[in-house]
Amino acid sequence: MSGAVERSTRHTPCSACLRRSWLVARLAGSIELAWIARKPLPAVLSLADAALIAALGGKERGRIEHAYERFDAGAARAICAEHGVLALCRCDARYPVRLHDLPDAPAVLYVRGEPAGFERCMACDGVAIVGARRGSPYGLEQARGLGRGLAAAGLTVVSGMALGIDAAAHVGALEVDGATLAVLACGPERAYPASKRDLHRRIVARGAVVAELPPGTRARRWCFPARNRLIAALARATVVVEADARSGSLITATLAGDLGREVAAVPGLVTASLARGTNALIADGAQLVRGPRDVLELLFGVEAPALLAAEPEPGLPADLRALLEHVGGGRDTVAALTAGGLGVDAVLAGLAQLELRGRVRRGAGGRYVPVVHG
Amino acid sequence: MPVVLARVFTFAIDGIDPLPVSVEVDVRPGLPSFKLVGLAGTAVREARERVQAAIQNSGFEFPSRRITANLAPANVPKAGPGFDAALAVALLVASGQCPAEGVRDRAVFGELSLGGELRHTRGVLAVAEGARSAGLGGLIVPRACAAEAALVGELDVVGLGDLRAVAKLLAGGAPPPVPEPPVPPADALPDLIDVRGHELPLRALEIAAAGGHNLLLEGAPGGGKTLLARRLPSLLPPLTREEALEVTRIHSVAGIRRHEGLLTARPFRAPHHTISASGLVGGGSMPAPGEASLAHHGVLFLDELSEFARPSLEALRQPIEDGHVSVVRSQRALQFPTRFMLVAATNPCPCGFAGSERPCKCGELELARHRRRLSGPLLDRIDLLVTVARPSAADLTRPPLASSAVVRERVLAARERQAHRLTGRGVRCNGQLDAATLRDCVPVSAQARTALDRAYDRGGLSARGYDRVLRVACTIADLAERPVVDLDEVLHALALRQQHESGDPVPA
Repeated sequence: MSGAVERSTRHTPCSACLRRSWLVARLAGSIELAWIARKPLPAVLSLADAALIAALGGKERGRIEHAYERFDAGAARAICAEHGVLALCRCDARYPVRLHDLPDAPAVLYVRGEPAGFERCMACDGVAIVGARRGSPYGLEQARGLGRGLAAAGLTVVSGMALGIDAAAHVGALEVDGATLAVLACGPERAYPASKRDLHRRIVARGAVVAELPPGTRARRWCFPARNRLIAALARATVVVEADARSGSLITATLAGDLGREVAAVPGLVTASLARGTNALIADGAQLVRGPRDVLELLFGVEAPALLAAEPEPGLPADLRALLEHVGGGRDTVAALTAGGLGVDAVLAGLAQLELRGRVRRGAGGRYVPVVHG
Repeated sequence: MPVVLARVFTFAIDGIDPLPVSVEVDVRPGLPSFKLVGLAGTAVREARERVQAAIQNSGFEFPSRRITANLAPANVPKAGPGFDAALAVALLVASGQCPAEGVRDRAVFGELSLGGELRHTRGVLAVAEGARSAGLGGLIVPRACAAEAALVGELDVVGLGDLRAVAKLLAGGAPPPVPEPPVPPADALPDLIDVRGHELPLRALEIAAAGGHNLLLEGAPGGGKTLLARRLPSLLPPLTREEALEVTRIHSVAGIRRHEGLLTARPFRAPHHTISASGLVGGGSMPAPGEASLAHHGVLFLDELSEFARPSLEALRQPIEDGHVSVVRSQRALQFPTRFMLVAATNPCPCGFAGSERPCKCGELELARHRRRLSGPLLDRIDLLVTVARPSAADLTRPPLASSAVVRERVLAARERQAHRLTGRGVRCNGQLDAATLRDCVPVSAQARTALDRAYDRGGLSARGYDRVLRVACTIADLAERPVVDLDEVLHALALRQQHESGDPVPA
């Protein structure tokens, strides 16, 4: 690894960077052990190559040093090409500038997707939307609505493609054909989690999937917090939607704060365990987010909401508007709405109308969720 | 003792249908033996021992000669103990202990005890129907089953207690009085009066009953799904006499009736989710009707739908589609009728608490797996989905919202309208309409059509879902006595459609 970062417009990743990246992947198992032993990740990942081998090589040190000496950059480039992965080393002008803020920035960023898609993602500001894997219908809808609103306003939605909130944010961005960037903990050609294969394919087609580890590398536990630091660094602001007190999303928020990025959170019920993390963030000074508008104001000031798409069909009849407010207020099942004195026929017809107009969505257990708009 | 060939008519039960069988007995000099031929099953082969003991214990002589008994036609496998009486009578006739005239125009059916008593035997109603359609004048059955056999009418049914009485009758004795078909006890069906709250599920039950729509109840454990499903039969029109005979016959063959006499209540069957495919649609080496046939003209309730084995649910496709099921065993195909309404119940998620006051602990993966287990061909046949929430404390103190009698009035009126509209189309209610007939005979207002198209365009409806919504809307219009399906009906039907239609309630 060369000490000083030298900028150039080279299109092939340089051998030293590829070798560094190979080394991190090669030592992934040892990094895992160090991480389990509570060694801080940045301290490990910012070690120079030789020091890294010395620190983590253990019994295999000789063998690793030998392989390191004879590293074949051509083969590494061939593997990338084979997987349709673009390798951007930190000497490349296309390497995201924001990643340089990290003390332990990855030597190479691997990109799965069309170069044009990746450039589109990099051309505008990114907002990270992260949160619980087991999101509630409310949280999922907030994430999806934020993804949709922010992407429609021309921002790039950055997230981790995990189950729940992360995926919902990507889906929202894709719904308006916006730019979205998924940062994975494994090689970027792998759909992880496997149930998100279809989402992976859609993001590859219209945005980009990036990772710090080379193609073919599987995710280990330490890779997730490591991935979180990339999400925090790539985005101008990080919005947490639903996180319990020990959520990994809070790591992303902390890292974002440390990097001087904006931190924001969507509030929840004080009694909900999934809101404990987000409400605590707000209590500690994070921006409170009620919708895309709040995020835009945070980033661009008061005139920003002009960027927002207009509310679809503003002329909602009074009775439907009242019903929508009931649903938003927590009376979100037919049973709860009829208990409030409305006739079952009126409730059924009203909910169907709202659903047809795209204002509510049906969730599990017959529960209706208002769809988020600007 | 002259050498005589005797023949006595009886019936085998083939599935649920009577199969005419003639029992032929030949008694001739030779080494004493008793051979039974004609594809007899185990219970039939054992008849030899029962018959021999019964004859001797009734004070007759069992001929110590070479006896050959044949059950014709010889190519159909026969099972069950119902041949005992016919075999014994044929033996008595063949050995000259009983005149042959008495059994020329009569069939004999029933199981014998070793002491010669005639015991209650399954499937007597089917046998009586067989005897009538075979043109026989009379039927001798165990006394315990006489009332059941007499339901058929136009048949001289004699119920007797033992073999001696049979011999006396055949020798010219006076038959006992023809038993009156017992007045069926009023089957008290569970009534909606017992239900508190549940306004939405009640509405869905009414629509399901009115249109013959299959229904899926979704809700947390203890919410009242089973309570509601059990009350569906009380909303359905009463069985016609033909339907009642059909139901009684099936239940008689299966041996599960609660009383003699005609069954007047629509059956409600709730098999446990561990049931096998053959248990559900019928099967076994000697095919017997399954739960689907026992629910014929009634309600089949599948609680915990997601727990049923996949093959069991797959097996229900044909029965739901065609109204009957063909069971093929050793080169024979049997048909069982299966025209039932399907009510399924399921938890909304694996932990069961999604949408209730208690927080759901299921992640996206569990939910997806749950949906996958549910989805499939069966859901395609279910028109209505309704969420059953636990009634509130206030609901419990209020009077019930409906009684079965009142709702049934509306259901009957709606069915009347459907019958009128669907005359000559081979179906009786909206739930059975196929896509073509649906487009053909249901007038839909322009506004309603626009709403449906909009739902379809938004991706919230599949093509089949579109038809399902229209079918339900049609029933809602029938209940409201409106000639045209209008916007309101379509909106209600949309709100009651399966939510699995709506694309991705949880993001992809």
